[in-house]
Amino acid sequence: MSSVATPTPAPRRRGRRSRTKLQRRQTRLAWLLLIPALAVVAFVAIYPLAKTVYQSFTNQEFLAGITPTKWVGLDNYSLIWHDPAWKHAVILTLKFAVITVSFEFVLGLIIALVVNSKFKGRGVMRAVMLVPWAIPTVVAAQMWKWMLDDTFGVVNDLGVRAHVLSHSHAWISDPSTSLGAVAAVDIWKTTPFVALLLLAGLQVIPTDLYEAADVDGASKLQQFWRITLPLLKPAILVTLIFRTLDALRVFDVFYVFFGNRLDTQTMAIYIQSTIIGDGHVGLGAAASVFMFLIIALFVVIYVTFMRVNEE
Amino acid sequence: MDLAEGSNGKDVGEMKHRRLLVLAGVIGAIALIASLSVAAASSNRPAHVQQAAAVAAPKVPNAAAIRKKYGGQKITFVGDSVGNGHVRDVALAKRFTKDTGIKVSVTPHPAASDAAYSQLARAFSSKSSSIDVAMIDVVWPGAFAPYLVDLKPKLGKQSKLHAAGIVANDTINGKLVAMPWFGDYGILYYRTDLLKKYGYKAPPKTWADLFKMAQKIQTGEQKSNPNFAGFVFQGNSYEGLTCNALEWIASAGGGHMIDNGKATINNAKAITILDAMRAQVGKTTPRGVTSYQEDQTEHAFDSGDAAFARNWPYQYGIGATAGSKVKGKFSVTTLPHGAAGKPVGTVGGWQLAVSKYSKHKDATIEFVRYMTSPAVEKFDAITNSNVPTITSVAKDPAVVKTNPYLKPAIASVARVTRPAKFLKTHYNEASKVIYQGINQILNGTPAKNVLPGVQSKLNQILKQK
Repeated sequence: MSSVATPTPAPRRRGRRSRTKLQRRQTRLAWLLLIPALAVVAFVAIYPLAKTVYQSFTNQEFLAGITPTKWVGLDNYSLIWHDPAWKHAVILTLKFAVITVSFEFVLGLIIALVVNSKFKGRGVMRAVMLVPWAIPTVVAAQMWKWMLDDTFGVVNDLGVRAHVLSHSHAWISDPSTSLGAVAAVDIWKTTPFVALLLLAGLQVIPTDLYEAADVDGASKLQQFWRITLPLLKPAILVTLIFRTLDALRVFDVFYVFFGNRLDTQTMAIYIQSTIIGDGHVGLGAAASVFMFLIIALFVVIYVTFMRVNEE
Repeated sequence: MDLAEGSNGKDVGEMKHRRLLVLAGVIGAIALIASLSVAAASSNRPAHVQQAAAVAAPKVPNAAAIRKKYGGQKITFVGDSVGNGHVRDVALAKRFTKDTGIKVSVTPHPAASDAAYSQLARAFSSKSSSIDVAMIDVVWPGAFAPYLVDLKPKLGKQSKLHAAGIVANDTINGKLVAMPWFGDYGILYYRTDLLKKYGYKAPPKTWADLFKMAQKIQTGEQKSNPNFAGFVFQGNSYEGLTCNALEWIASAGGGHMIDNGKATINNAKAITILDAMRAQVGKTTPRGVTSYQEDQTEHAFDSGDAAFARNWPYQYGIGATAGSKVKGKFSVTTLPHGAAGKPVGTVGGWQLAVSKYSKHKDATIEFVRYMTSPAVEKFDAITNSNVPTITSVAKDPAVVKTNPYLKPAIASVARVTRPAKFLKTHYNEASKVIYQGINQILNGTPAKNVLPGVQSKLNQILKQK
């Protein structure tokens, strides 16, 4: 849009009013062309968000017609704010996001570097590495749930046979290992996605830079810190934004693994069970608004980072 | 994300378009195989389980008249998914379609009943006509009544055949919103051969006896079968745990969670029995029991990996069929009781309800008439060991012979009901508070740290009305 509407330096000196007819017509055309896109955004993003915010100030129930809906002001927000279960859900989700995103980033970067270098069978490697990511999350989660089972799970069986474990462990049921188990499955599943995004970033780095560095006698490690990492920064930021947002709204793996367990509720599960299970749409909407703000905070931090980086 | 992308030009040559397609194809195929094998594994039940369909489903009475009026209409039935339930539903629906020309498509609901509740709540709140008839839990009529058709005008007469207590439960503000289909109460399954082997003459009377026997049998059996467990039940954080916990607490004289409209769950007797259960997790019951539902319980017992199990009567039929590892080696009795109580069984059971938003209400009601008829209840009791809600069927000698839990000594056990009548539309929410709390206890938190919170939340919910 900017190329259409930005005035050339000369008319800018003469002020806004003196734009030429052509420029004004082009601006109008630009807006006209944007209207369909804006309408779609308004319909799929702004309307639901606004409706959620509105609902969060009411006592709306899921099975409408049972209780009349009325305005309750900030009651829902105060209930959520003081609910220890919500606090627990927020902390758990943040913990999960930090653990998974850091592991996925480090492992993904290593894998991306490996499949970016030249070796025989690289194409096959790139295909194989994507397999975990291609399996639907619910299916993968169910598969792992069985593999981690304490009576018939293959993980315990192998572990005990190899004398790594002294006895079968209930990885999912035991609260001390449940977060670790679910994080491991998420890392297994999503590392390929991170590797793919980083690989795309690596492929845009011109090879002549490395050639020049070789000529100058820079070691591989120096090349990584001085060339690869700085030039990969934009890709890294995009990857981190994607993954952090995904991790903060995680639902499926936790739901398959733990169902409605209290100590493993993420923000999304708390909201789902408040709205669908308990039927409190208003209360769930207030929690959704909190979740939206938490996620927005992360986006702001990342985007600021990216801007600083660009300058 | 294009893998072939590369500004330096060298990579572009290596990963051509064709290769990218092959790559995408390989990944897709592997993902598909993985997904299918997981899906197949979940339906990979032993062959004997499929036997329910072998006995012919009963004929539809008055079929010609029904065909004339409603033949060709299509209805959707959201039915059972636990045990043999789905096989039975399909067999009956097929017979009904064959006789009347009304097409019935059967969709199994989620195995956890609170998840099934959510599914129906979503359909009703969006006024969806995609569900015509659904099976609803004995604790739901109060919540769903505004969305259900009053069956009294057409099925009032037939409802008189059913146990009066259940019909009363399904009647909300004078409207019969659901027809009783099959009943349920918790019973104890035990291995007769193992009791004999370890020198026990009778099944346990108290929970303390059960734990002692479970420990002794487990220690002995684990020498040859490391997966063997003394006792299994439903400990997952879901509706089934509310049912199990109600039996523990009530049988220990600790009340019914909510009594006379006030939460009573936080009492000394409840704390004692819940802590006793907690102590068994990882000892005489598998550590993973806190994620067991009905199916996991049945699998453990019927694969010969458990000495005792708490479950609903449906498990009897699966264990007693040819091909089961415990056929002829197990029996049932009432659940044990605590020091200061008597044995009880939580009332469960399912009803059939017709959606207000159905486009074929009359055809659907004919289906419900068939499904809740004496002939079908007898069929269900004999092939699936489900408790008939029709009193005469429950006393039928052929039915009692295949379902020993119907013998007066077991069937007369005190039945305890979940506190739905105090909670009405808030039942699901309250039950979640209960089962989440109990699950937390089983997962290691002492009951005295959990129950006060559960009690105050329950009282809050009770005040909402």
